[in-house]
Amino acid sequence: MWLKAINTILTVIVGIGVAVLLYWLLNKIAELLPSRLEDKIKPWLYILPAYLALVVYLIYPTIVAFIKSFQDATSTEWVGFANFEALLTNAGFQQTLFNTVLWMIIVPTVTIILGLGIAVLADRLQPRYENLSKTIVFMPMAISMVGAATVWRFVYAYRPAGSDQVGLQNAIITSLGGDPVPWLQQSQFHLNSLLLMVMLLWAQIGFGMVLLSGAIKGVPTDTLEAARIDGADERQTFFRVVVPQIKGTIVTVFITTLISAMKTFDVVYVMTSGQFNTNILGVEFYRQLTSNFNNGAASAIVVLLLIATFPVMLYQVKHFREEAAR
Amino acid sequence: MATITFEKAQRWYPGADSPAVPGIDLKIEDGEFMVLVGPSGCGKSTTLRMLAGLEEVNSGHIFIGDRDVTKVPPKDRDIAMVFQNYALYPHMSVADNMAFALKMAKVPADERRKRVDDAAKILGLTEYLERKPKALSGGQRQRVAMGRAIVRQPQVFCMDEPLSNLDAKMRVQTRTDIAKLQSDLGVTTVYVTHDQVEAMTMGDRVAVMKLGELQQVDTPLRLYDKPANLFVAGFIGSPQMNLMEGVADNGEVKLGNYHVPVDPTAAKKMQGNVTVGVRPEAWRIVGENDGGLPVTVTVVEELGADGFVYGTSGVEGTPHDIIIRVSARDSVQKGETLYVTTDPAKVHVFDTESGARLSE
Repeated sequence: MWLKAINTILTVIVGIGVAVLLYWLLNKIAELLPSRLEDKIKPWLYILPAYLALVVYLIYPTIVAFIKSFQDATSTEWVGFANFEALLTNAGFQQTLFNTVLWMIIVPTVTIILGLGIAVLADRLQPRYENLSKTIVFMPMAISMVGAATVWRFVYAYRPAGSDQVGLQNAIITSLGGDPVPWLQQSQFHLNSLLLMVMLLWAQIGFGMVLLSGAIKGVPTDTLEAARIDGADERQTFFRVVVPQIKGTIVTVFITTLISAMKTFDVVYVMTSGQFNTNILGVEFYRQLTSNFNNGAASAIVVLLLIATFPVMLYQVKHFREEAAR
Repeated sequence: MATITFEKAQRWYPGADSPAVPGIDLKIEDGEFMVLVGPSGCGKSTTLRMLAGLEEVNSGHIFIGDRDVTKVPPKDRDIAMVFQNYALYPHMSVADNMAFALKMAKVPADERRKRVDDAAKILGLTEYLERKPKALSGGQRQRVAMGRAIVRQPQVFCMDEPLSNLDAKMRVQTRTDIAKLQSDLGVTTVYVTHDQVEAMTMGDRVAVMKLGELQQVDTPLRLYDKPANLFVAGFIGSPQMNLMEGVADNGEVKLGNYHVPVDPTAAKKMQGNVTVGVRPEAWRIVGENDGGLPVTVTVVEELGADGFVYGTSGVEGTPHDIIIRVSARDSVQKGETLYVTTDPAKVHVFDTESGARLSE
């Protein structure tokens, strides 16, 4: 225990020390150059470590994954599109894909709707209570998803009928005289997937709410007053005057939550390991890599995810540029 | 078209020690252009916002025509408002900004378009109808805000310092445009400003406010000629009236060792400490031995058509800053001494303590 703590502290100190040393050295190198050249080169030298990190930790693995997706399970032979073919024709994987799409649609949409709702309602409270309620909604953000899962296990937990129920939902149901339900095994209408999404939503809505609340407060009050005088009721004022003015933030929150829904792993892995038809791409990737030892299939899943993320990223970059140009 | 009546309308902001507007009584005639003017914090905007329904009325009543609108929400009051920062909807085109109220009122689309086109023509906005507000100049935005008000054809226009974000030249021009537009449309208008020149040039009548209380409600000329109290006397007129504190003495006012003759009404009423007021243009320059008030010139402002001389009077006791309007061609030099006098009829006398007017 102590050893671990000391190790961690040492790592941090050494890490920072090396970084400082690196920048100091780069600076020295730049100073050796003639002064006109120095001014031109210096920014590049400073940005270089960041670029290097990006290449080593992001671009290189992406390229490797891309290559391996066209190779067999042990990355020794080229197999062309066989990995993709095998995945996309597999009924189980198709379900995984469908589940992932469900996550991508439901999580961002619900985040926006609830986030906006909470932000609007909190805005009407006195500042003290507004901050209090926003803090409470935001708090789950600070808990790691694995930690949160421990809590949520007790919400969904199931014991056979007759034994004491430790799960909150089943405790309520049995106390009302019902039979306990194995919640996480209920795959009809993807109920169990929805229950897992609730966990991610619980953790993420605070983030969306804080951004949206800030945006709502940034809407000029006089435009709201103008709308009231122009004959708009509360609902019309909200949808025709407030929402269009915070559209930029809504898009940002939507995209951010969309991306986090696409790469979800921990919630599903910890709660069901993808069983009972709750599997999603993130978990399937992990399973292929660590249980099936199939580098090819795992890499192919990564490539599929990458392709799905690409248009979203493009839109986000374009959107940010437009926002910046305003 | 309608009259507007405030009956002891009070606004007390939650948590404030005293009401912003303790209780205003004001009757505005049908089609009248009423200007509320006063220094910042005088309650003029609060009064307007009470009329618009944006501020709650804590007690008293407000009527538009015969209808008690005290508790009526803004959308049902049939008023239009022009805001200081225009409050245009940034995501809508100029045409949509102007049509928004009509859309809310479920006016059919072709009627809407016609009314927007008409308003745009009046305001010279026709070629900008498809633009977004951010692509317009300040003056154009101001006109869109006006357009949004006039397409409504409301009972009342409320205008909250609509010119304060324009540059000086634009402001003078728009001032005339608004006054003309209002008299063409004949819509009862309440206009809030802190600029007394705007108040004087635009209003049919002007209500001068201070600390939430009406000081005087009158036509611009009457405000200028017969200010009801010291505050109005000092507030209306630019440069401001010369106000000098003195003591009533046998039907004259003693300023140090100088005696100012006053009109008979004031002479009868005044006693104790009084303040005399003389407009800069009411001074006459006289010769050294004609009994004028000696003024040492400190600054001369030549404006072309006329000029203003700023000086200090050498009257024993407190030296007073004196402003004198002179003809542009009277060459007055800095440092010289002028002797000025005025007619008793042009002297305003006020009680120094209460501020009340004592002259006729």
